[in-house]
Amino acid sequence: MVGIVSIGMHIPTYRLRRDDIANAWGVRSLGGERTVASHDEDSLTMAVNAAFDCMSRRNEEVNGLFFATTTSPYKEKQAAATIATALDLPEESYTADITGSRRSATTAIKLAASMVESGSAKNVIVTAADCRLGTPQSELEQRFGDAGTAIMVGDSNPIATIVGSYSVFEEFFDLWRLEGDTFVRSWEERFTTTEGYVRVVQRAVSQFAKKYGLTPKDFSKVIFCGPDPRSQVRLAKGLGFDSDTQLQDNLFNTIGDVGTSAPLLMLAAALEKAKAGDKILVANYGDGSDFFILEVTESISEVQDKQRMERHLARKIYTKYERYLSWRDLLPVDFPRRPESQVPSVTCRWRERRRILPLYGVKCRQCGTVQYPPQRICITCGAKDDFEDYKFSDKKARIFTYATDHLTPTKAPPAVNTVIEFEGGGRMICELTDCDPTKIKIGMLVEMTFRKLREFTYMHDYFWKARPVEI
Amino acid sequence: MGIKDKVAIVGMGCTRFGELWDKSVEDLVVEATYEAFEDAGIESKDIQAAWLGTVQSGLTGISLSRPLKFQYIPVTRVENMCCTGSEALRAAAYAVAAGAYDLVLAVGVEKLKDTGWTGVQSANIVGESSIGIAGAKPEYSPPEMFARLAVRYFDRYGIDTDEGKRFLAKIVVKNHHNGTLNNKAHYQREVTEEEVVNAPIIAYPLGILDSCGVSDGAAAAIVTRADMAKNFRNDPIYIKALAISTGAYQQLRQDYDYTHIEENVRASRMAYEEAGIGDPRKEIDIAEVHDCFSIHEMIIYEDLGWSPRGRAKEDIEAGTFTLKGELPVNTDGGLKCFGHPLGASGLRMMYEVYKQLQGKAGPRQVKNPQLGLTHNLGGVVPGAAIASCFIVGH
Repeated sequence: MVGIVSIGMHIPTYRLRRDDIANAWGVRSLGGERTVASHDEDSLTMAVNAAFDCMSRRNEEVNGLFFATTTSPYKEKQAAATIATALDLPEESYTADITGSRRSATTAIKLAASMVESGSAKNVIVTAADCRLGTPQSELEQRFGDAGTAIMVGDSNPIATIVGSYSVFEEFFDLWRLEGDTFVRSWEERFTTTEGYVRVVQRAVSQFAKKYGLTPKDFSKVIFCGPDPRSQVRLAKGLGFDSDTQLQDNLFNTIGDVGTSAPLLMLAAALEKAKAGDKILVANYGDGSDFFILEVTESISEVQDKQRMERHLARKIYTKYERYLSWRDLLPVDFPRRPESQVPSVTCRWRERRRILPLYGVKCRQCGTVQYPPQRICITCGAKDDFEDYKFSDKKARIFTYATDHLTPTKAPPAVNTVIEFEGGGRMICELTDCDPTKIKIGMLVEMTFRKLREFTYMHDYFWKARPVEI
Repeated sequence: MGIKDKVAIVGMGCTRFGELWDKSVEDLVVEATYEAFEDAGIESKDIQAAWLGTVQSGLTGISLSRPLKFQYIPVTRVENMCCTGSEALRAAAYAVAAGAYDLVLAVGVEKLKDTGWTGVQSANIVGESSIGIAGAKPEYSPPEMFARLAVRYFDRYGIDTDEGKRFLAKIVVKNHHNGTLNNKAHYQREVTEEEVVNAPIIAYPLGILDSCGVSDGAAAAIVTRADMAKNFRNDPIYIKALAISTGAYQQLRQDYDYTHIEENVRASRMAYEEAGIGDPRKEIDIAEVHDCFSIHEMIIYEDLGWSPRGRAKEDIEAGTFTLKGELPVNTDGGLKCFGHPLGASGLRMMYEVYKQLQGKAGPRQVKNPQLGLTHNLGGVVPGAAIASCFIVGH
C-alpha cells in the first residue's frame, strides 16, 4: 500500500525572538520565536537538506521528485532539477515544481501517490520549503517561519499508509502575492478566518469523515494547517476534537508558519510520537483544502527518532532583527572594500556540475587516495585518468584547521573557512556556516549542508558548506 | 649545472614604496629604471633586452618599452604571482647566461592603490577548474589563507593563541624597527608588542598589524655577464642561485600538515645546492623573506632550514633574526613596512641585499655580509603555491 516511507526535515539554525521584531517597531509581540533561514539559505537549499535527511533514513530507490513551495528562487527555471541533481537522483527521474499555493505540498503528495500506485515511480520525494516575507512591522512578519520538510512517498514498507484522501477547491483571497510583490498580502483577518479557513475546512472534514465512516475519536492526531494559529483551536473544537490531546502542536511558538512546509513538519512531529495503528488526519488549507487519513504501520518502530524535533529545536543561534533584514535584502549593508567576486560562468558550472551539485570527488584506483576536486593526475601516485567517482555530500568530516576572515564580504561576518577531513579520507577547503566563530575547534565534527555560496543578482551560486554537527 | 657566478648585477634602482597617489605605473618604471641606469653608469640605449614583472599593472613588454622609449629591443612581461619581480630577474639572468645578450634590464612594478580596494585583486582566470570562474568554491582573503597555518601551527606545537601571538608580534616589532631606518619604506614607525597583539583581528588569530601593507612601488636591476661586470663597477654582486619551486596542489594530500610550505622548502634546498651552501644558517649573512603575514615569516625560519621544526620561537626569543642577530632577516623593513606591490617586491628585496653586500645600507648596515638571500611565496597558499629563493654574493 502506498504511504510515507520516510520523512526528513531542515530547520534553520537561526532564530528571531518575536519580542525583538516587535521592539524594533513598537508594536505588539506575538511572543515566542520564529526560525530564520540564514543569508546563505533559500527554499531550494532547505528543500535539498530536508530531502537529504529524508533519504538518509531509508535506503530506497527514488525516481521522482516534487518541489513544493510558494517561494521558488526561480521565476523561470525548474528548481526540482537542481534539487534532484544535488541529491544525485537517476537522470530518468520525474521532476516538477509545484508552486504558488500553500497546498502545494499536499498537491504534490497526491500526485506522488498516484505515480506510485500506477507503477510509474518506485518512490517519490516531496520536498517542501518556504521562506516567505511579511512586510516589516506586520503581524505576518512575526508569524512566518522558514523551514523545509521532505517525505518519501512509496510502497516499500511505509511507516504510515495513506488510507484516504479528499480535496476541495474554493476561490478565496486570504494571503496572496502578485507578480513583483516582495511581501505577502492579506485581507481583513476576521473575515478570512471565519468565512475562509474555518468554514471551508469544517465543511470538508465533515463530508470527508462521513465518506470514510470515521468520527473524531477515531483519530489519534489531527494536523490543521491554517493561516493563523488561534483558528486551529477554534476549528478543532468546532469539529469535536479534543484540542488538548488530539490537536498536533502547530510549532507557532518555536518555528512559525512555514507555508507549504507546515503540514509535513507537523506530520513529522506527529510521527515521532506515533505508534502502530494510530490514525492521523492531515488537513491542509489554501484556495481550498486537501485531506489525508494516514494509518501508522509497524514499520514506524524501525525508523522512529523520538527526539528529532527536540534536537532541531535545541540547535539554535539567535540573530538580530537588523541582520535578518540584511539577509533578506530589506536593508542594504556596506561590505569591506574588496574586489568584486567574479560572476560564475554557466558554462564552467555545467562542465563541473558533478563536483558542484552532488559533490563528487575522485578516488585513485591505483593508490586509493581520495581527492576533491576531481583531478586527471593523482596527487599521490601520479596515475593518469584512473579514478572512480567518490561522493562527499553524505560524509561527515572533522575540522583540520580553520580561520575567520574579516575581509571577505559576507552578510554574516566574519566568514569562516576550514580545511576539513572526511571520514573515509579526502580533504576539502570549505566554508563553515551556522556556527559561532568563537567556538570553532580543531577536530570538531561537521556535516555537509547545501547552501548559496555567494550573492549574485543574475544567478544563484549553489554549493556545499560544512556546519558543526553540534553547536 | 646552475648559474653560480655566471652573471652579475651591476646596477639597481628602487622607488619609495607607499600610497603614491600622484604617481602612475609609468612614473614608477621611469624612476626605478633611471636610478639603476645611473647606478650602473649606463644609458637606456645600452640595454639589449628587458623583462617586466607585473601582475596587474601592465600587459606585454609594451608596458615597459612605451614609458622608457626603448628602440625596438625585445621586451617580455612575466608573471608568477608574488614571485613576479624575482621572475623578471631570473629571466634576465638566464638570457645573459645563455649568451644571448650581454646587458639586460629587469623591472618589477605594481600599483595597487588606484583600485579603491583594500588588498589585492584575485586573478581573472577563465576555464581552469581549480581557480576558474565555475564558482562553487569558497572565497577567502590572503590573511585568511595564512591564518589557517597559524591555527594549525599553534595547535601542533602546543602554543596557546595568546602566547603564539606574542611570538608573531616580536617579528612584526623587528621589521617595523628596521623600517624606521629606511626612507624608502612605506611605514617608518616603531610598533610595540602590545599594539600588535591588541590590533583588530583581520583573520583570527591574525590582527591587522600581522599583515603587510598594500602599496605602490617599482624596482629595477641591470644584469650583465660576470666577466664584464667590473667594466661597470668595482663592487658588482654575483648571482649564486636562482631557484623556483611550483606546487603540485598539495592541499589534496591528507598528509599535508599545514605547518610548513613545501614550495619554500624545495626552493631553498635547490638554491643551497646551486650555490654550494651546506649550512645556510651559518653561511647566509642577510635575508629578505616574504613576510606578507607574520606567521609566514615564522614558518619561513623553519622551511628555509634556519630553525629546527617547531622551534622558531626559540630563535625569535633569542633575537637571532634582528639587525644585530646571527642572521638578520628583512633588514629593510620587509613587506611589513614596504607593503607588497606584487611585481616589485622580489626586486625590492634584491635591492636591499645588493646595497647591504656593497656596504651601502646606511643606518641598518649589517657588518660585512658575504652572502644574501631573497625569498618570495605566492599563489594559492597553502596548497598550490610558488616559491622563489635567490642567493647572491661577492
